[in-house]
Amino acid sequence: MIVISLNEGESSMKLSHVRDLLDAIVLSGESHLDDDVRSGFGCDLMSDVLCFAKEDAILITGLVNKQVLNTADMANMNSIIFVRNKMPSQEMIDIAKERNILVMSTKYILFECCGILYKNGLEGAHIR
Amino acid sequence: MSYELSFEVERGDFETAGEASRKIKRTLQQLGISNKVIRKVSIAGYEGEMNLAIHSWGGKIVLEVGEDTLILTIEDTGPGIKDLDLAMTEGWSTAGEEVRQMGFGAGMGLPNMKNNADNFQITSKIDEGTKIVMSFLV
Repeated sequence: MIVISLNEGESSMKLSHVRDLLDAIVLSGESHLDDDVRSGFGCDLMSDVLCFAKEDAILITGLVNKQVLNTADMANMNSIIFVRNKMPSQEMIDIAKERNILVMSTKYILFECCGILYKNGLEGAHIR
Repeated sequence: MSYELSFEVERGDFETAGEASRKIKRTLQQLGISNKVIRKVSIAGYEGEMNLAIHSWGGKIVLEVGEDTLILTIEDTGPGIKDLDLAMTEGWSTAGEEVRQMGFGAGMGLPNMKNNADNFQITSKIDEGTKIVMSFLV
């Protein structure tokens, strides 16, 4: 029997499950698909991500530029999903591969992504 | 163990902004510093690096590695901050539209740096520059 113990208010979901729920295309960092993600942070404002997102959270965003990768990297977040069919450039994908960050793209809009993941048990970051 | 790393950051160079913070993070990882401390230094350093690219006329980031403490100094040449109390208020920003479109300029940078550092000091003079010194306990 495997018992998974989580702190109060914490949830967990395999990144492969996130991919399946959002029907997402994986662009880099496939090796993380077996990792657990503990919360989600949906946001286009990187300043807020740096302030409030937790480690082990997936970043769900409609903003597509290199600073998104830097933000995830500095905040120790190893997974990003770009919404509304937004595709990062090849340069961004190469950088993500080099840094071993899981990057996915989904057809759903930000609101739907957050709703689907939340409905399936993934929680948001609990802000201080 | 005691040494220093220094990085120059140019004004408006959003293509390479973030590289200094990445190098700092890698260095701290190689030194075996705990992930918790590395995350704090990385976030504070990156916020500072973006501020240099966004607001300053150019500046530098210096990391001093000591036995028990890491010191991150972020110093620039101009234009200086008119009202430091206002600048430290969450949500207050002078950043322009281009910066906001990149996901920055929300007025959270300085307060976030202060929140992550164990000690935070800022001094600024109009037309001369701003100096931020942050220390982190290892």
